[in-house]
Amino acid sequence: MRILLVEDDPTVRSFVLKGLKEAGHNVDQADNGKDGLYLAIGEKYDIIILDRMLPGGIDGLNILETLRGQKNNTPVLLLSALSEVDDRVDGLRAGGDDYVTKPFAFSELLARVEALGRRGHNESAPETSLTVGDLSLDLLSREVRRGGQKIDLQPREFRLLEFLVRHAGQVVTRTMLLEKVWDYHFDPQTNVIDVHVSRLRQKVDKPFETAIIHTVRNAGYILRPTQD
Amino acid sequence: MAEDRPPSRRRFPPWRRKQGEGRRRHWPIRSAGINFALGYGVLFLISATLFLSFIWWSSTNLLNRHVRAFIETDAQELQKRWTYGGAPALGDAITDRLEQNIDDDALYLLTDRHGRRLAGNLPGWPVAIKRMDHFYELTIRRYTFTTPAEFKAYDLPHGFRLIVGHDIRGRTLLSTVITRTVIWCAVMIALLAVGGALVVRDLFRRMVGSIARTASAVASGDLNHRIALTGSETDLVAETVNTMLDRINRLMEGVRQVSNAIAHDLRTPITRARNQLEEALFSATSPEELRTAVDRAIGDLDHITGIFEALLRIAQIEAGSRRSAFTMMDLNQLLANMAELYEASAEEAGLNLHLDIVPLPPLFGDERMLQQALANLLDNAIKFSPPDSALTLRARPVPAIAPPGHSPSECSPAGLEISVQDQGPGMNDADILRAHERFFRAESARNTPGSGLGLSLVQAVTSLHHGRLTLTKANPGLKVTLFLPLTQDAEQTTRKAPLTEGPS
Ligand SMILES: Nc1ncnc2c1ncn2[C@@H]1O[C@H](COP(=O)(O)OP(=O)(O)OP(=O)(O)O)[C@@H](O)[C@H]1O
Ligand SMILES: [Mg+2]
Repeated sequence: MRILLVEDDPTVRSFVLKGLKEAGHNVDQADNGKDGLYLAIGEKYDIIILDRMLPGGIDGLNILETLRGQKNNTPVLLLSALSEVDDRVDGLRAGGDDYVTKPFAFSELLARVEALGRRGHNESAPETSLTVGDLSLDLLSREVRRGGQKIDLQPREFRLLEFLVRHAGQVVTRTMLLEKVWDYHFDPQTNVIDVHVSRLRQKVDKPFETAIIHTVRNAGYILRPTQD
Repeated sequence: MAEDRPPSRRRFPPWRRKQGEGRRRHWPIRSAGINFALGYGVLFLISATLFLSFIWWSSTNLLNRHVRAFIETDAQELQKRWTYGGAPALGDAITDRLEQNIDDDALYLLTDRHGRRLAGNLPGWPVAIKRMDHFYELTIRRYTFTTPAEFKAYDLPHGFRLIVGHDIRGRTLLSTVITRTVIWCAVMIALLAVGGALVVRDLFRRMVGSIARTASAVASGDLNHRIALTGSETDLVAETVNTMLDRINRLMEGVRQVSNAIAHDLRTPITRARNQLEEALFSATSPEELRTAVDRAIGDLDHITGIFEALLRIAQIEAGSRRSAFTMMDLNQLLANMAELYEASAEEAGLNLHLDIVPLPPLFGDERMLQQALANLLDNAIKFSPPDSALTLRARPVPAIAPPGHSPSECSPAGLEISVQDQGPGMNDADILRAHERFFRAESARNTPGSGLGLSLVQAVTSLHHGRLTLTKANPGLKVTLFLPLTQDAEQTTRKAPLTEGPS
């Protein structure tokens, strides 16, 4: 993916830059709002990562608002040291698609970037079914089959699996699951999500030879289809 | 557009600013006491003048009518004399009357067809009197002084003419008295106003004085000073200021507590992270070892970040800034979802999560905050419970105290009660009292993970909703109860309820 990174802190910038490049992305960078805005308007990106606070008069929100004012709908992920809920709401209201507060784990950022990039791609006609490897989900009858065998899931388990399938091949973090599957924005303190994922695994992986839901250490989960 | 103004002025709406500046330019006196007394004096003077004017106007009116009536009846009488005895009889009558007139205020003149004076005390026909049957008010000379008088002239047969008049010197007297009264009034009012101003100013000063003393004591650092209540009108201000000071005090106390806690509780994980890194730097022999050490240090840093976030969030909530996110919300849904989310964790820990939920009315509150509070309670309960025990999440509306003659079920609920009860070790009384303090962890909790901020946040969220957090011993276990009042935002509730519920 082609990504623009606008961030003034050199350490954070090079850290993110290196990580994104290692993940196979093509990254342009800017260290101030002016250059950032210039690049964002002039070039075509799959994703823009914007720091909220930038030196030199133009900050992240300004860039975001300018872009949206020009009907430019490139997905934007905001980075911020402000964690107040109101700041987050401001950012999302200005047209941001996701919000990550500093300090962050790179895995969290990467997972969100890839989820956003994916979303930009397949916003096509509404599907009625999802298929990954030998797993298929019927979104209308809410039926799940793996290798022709029917799997009974609770409604929440179905939504969890649906989310994993929609992001198959990508790492999804626990916070992402809490936000997107449960629509919660609080800090759950314990491993509530892990427990739900392991329940899901009991049904989706345990009875079969190969597992498709994998834990990624220090990051989250990934659903990888069986190769055959 | 507002950018070019100095920032300090932005606070006032334009009309206020204009008025405020205008008054300052034209009116030099700043003392409220003096202004009050002056205003009072002016008002009193105006009302006294109005009042006396009215008296003046109505009494002269009365006097006039009296005089005119007197003149008319007298003239009729005299004309009757003319019919009986002609000019001589009339002349005699006039002379008679003049002799009997002790007040010396009657004026007469009888003239023949040549205008010669036959009787009366007027020296001659006044030039001003030209028409008959019309009242004239003239100033005439009598003896040594001039005086106003009311006249009316009558035609008699054969060219004789008669003037009947009345000296109205009394009116002048009245006007003098009233003018004098007005002047004296003005003088007295001025004296009263000045005296009043001094008294009122003194009163104001004394009323404001105690507030000022407290404020300056607080300004110089003594936060425990409070304004004494005197039972006067300023008590309203005093109470508000006292409440404000209490709140400031509490916030300061919180800040102090937090900085102490930060100094103490954050040092531990920071030290640990530092030591680990240092040790790895000097003694790690393989990249594997180094990696493990760095990994653990990252874990510690995340933990520190977590503590910071929690502290910040508590501080934000306590500052009250989060009420902006309040909406009408459905707690039933929230409870069901939270129970569903935590049921799995409970089961994993070998616990049974029971639900005992009576449907709740909508509440005006912050959904995310209540989710977080509930999550913290469930988390504690799961964390501190022994395996194979039960956990109960309860919720019910709490009825208001019913007025006599009504059963409690008839009146709308006063609030909601949400409680989480476990069968764990519970807490002793001393610990219960301190449970909501930041970083407080009971001695027995030392070997469970946590930083002692969970209940502090619950406490902050509850206060934000004007509610109450209570911990009670359940023997065995602990019962943590949130009481959230419904009435506090009754206004919003009634205003917003139709929007969210709609006609059904
Ligand atoms: N359900 C409970 N049973 C027994 N003790 C409890 C319970 N809930 C809280 N406590 C006691 O109160 C203390 C403070 O609780 P609090 O939730 O604030 O902190 P914590 O759970 O230790 O840490 P954190 O919530 O920040 O992870 C706990 O350390 C524990 O000693
Ligand atoms: Mg806790």
